[in-house]
Amino acid sequence: MSRSIDLRRRGLLRASGVTLLSASAVALLAGEEKVALANTGSGAADIGILNVALALEHEAISAYQLGAQSGLLQKPVLEVAVLFQSHHKGHRDALVATIRKMGGTPVVAKSDAEVAKALNAASLKTQTDVLRLAQRLEKGAANAYVGVIPSFNDRTLAQISARLGEDETMHWTALTGALQEPLPAKALSFGV
Amino acid sequence: MRVGLSLLAMALLPAATGHTVAADAAHGQELYESRCGGCHSLDANRVGPAHRGVYGRKAGSAANFSYSTAVRNSTVVWEEKTLDAWLTNPQSLIPGQRMNFRVATAEDRADIIAYLRKESGK
Repeated sequence: MSRSIDLRRRGLLRASGVTLLSASAVALLAGEEKVALANTGSGAADIGILNVALALEHEAISAYQLGAQSGLLQKPVLEVAVLFQSHHKGHRDALVATIRKMGGTPVVAKSDAEVAKALNAASLKTQTDVLRLAQRLEKGAANAYVGVIPSFNDRTLAQISARLGEDETMHWTALTGALQEPLPAKALSFGV
Repeated sequence: MRVGLSLLAMALLPAATGHTVAADAAHGQELYESRCGGCHSLDANRVGPAHRGVYGRKAGSAANFSYSTAVRNSTVVWEEKTLDAWLTNPQSLIPGQRMNFRVATAEDRADIIAYLRKESGK
């Protein structure tokens, strides 16, 4: 039994929520055997993919921050937005730890102001506007995590990418419910 | 069970059938927003560069975007064939790039490219 799996089992027995995600994800992603993979071609390529995912998570954290501070979100939507932001922070922490463990350098986050400009946050006037932006970003993130799966050299990282994408899909589903929009009529509505 | 899985794979990968249809820019817009929209916008640099004007543009030349060295130094110009190759497997076209996102079916790639071409005014 590998050390990674042992760590994951310990994580599963611990508290729920973000701590569980971070502990298990880091354990799976950042085993000792991954150290210094940045010096190999395949390892450097995987670090590159993880860094793009990290940039995406940074943007999501800023987007939820902008939404939470906008004054447009009412309870309980505001509480859910903060919860989803905490999930993205869990993803960020797991990705940063893994990239470092593999010998890479994590990308730094853009400022909230830069993200606000890129996402045209000034156009958000209602709670529905904020929810639609979050819904759009979550769907894009879910699909991004699926779309990079074939490119990972390390299949364990590919599996983790699917897990991260599952969280984004859960967010999209909840946001779609909050917007009172119908769920997809057809199967296989996510993916590439 | 093995036969069932093979049939499922065929259903999920229509590119394997080899037939071609006219590209649909409207469908391409839907695909772009749902699959590319996690990282890209037409008019803003985000995780990836802004895409308006990408068709016909040299790789690595969107203003104010920090590209990988591989893409910045590439001589690729984005048009039908290069965009199709990029969306099929970015690493094969430009080794050392950072995107790594793949679009599995030829029809979907063609529709996304048709949308990008339309939005680039080409």
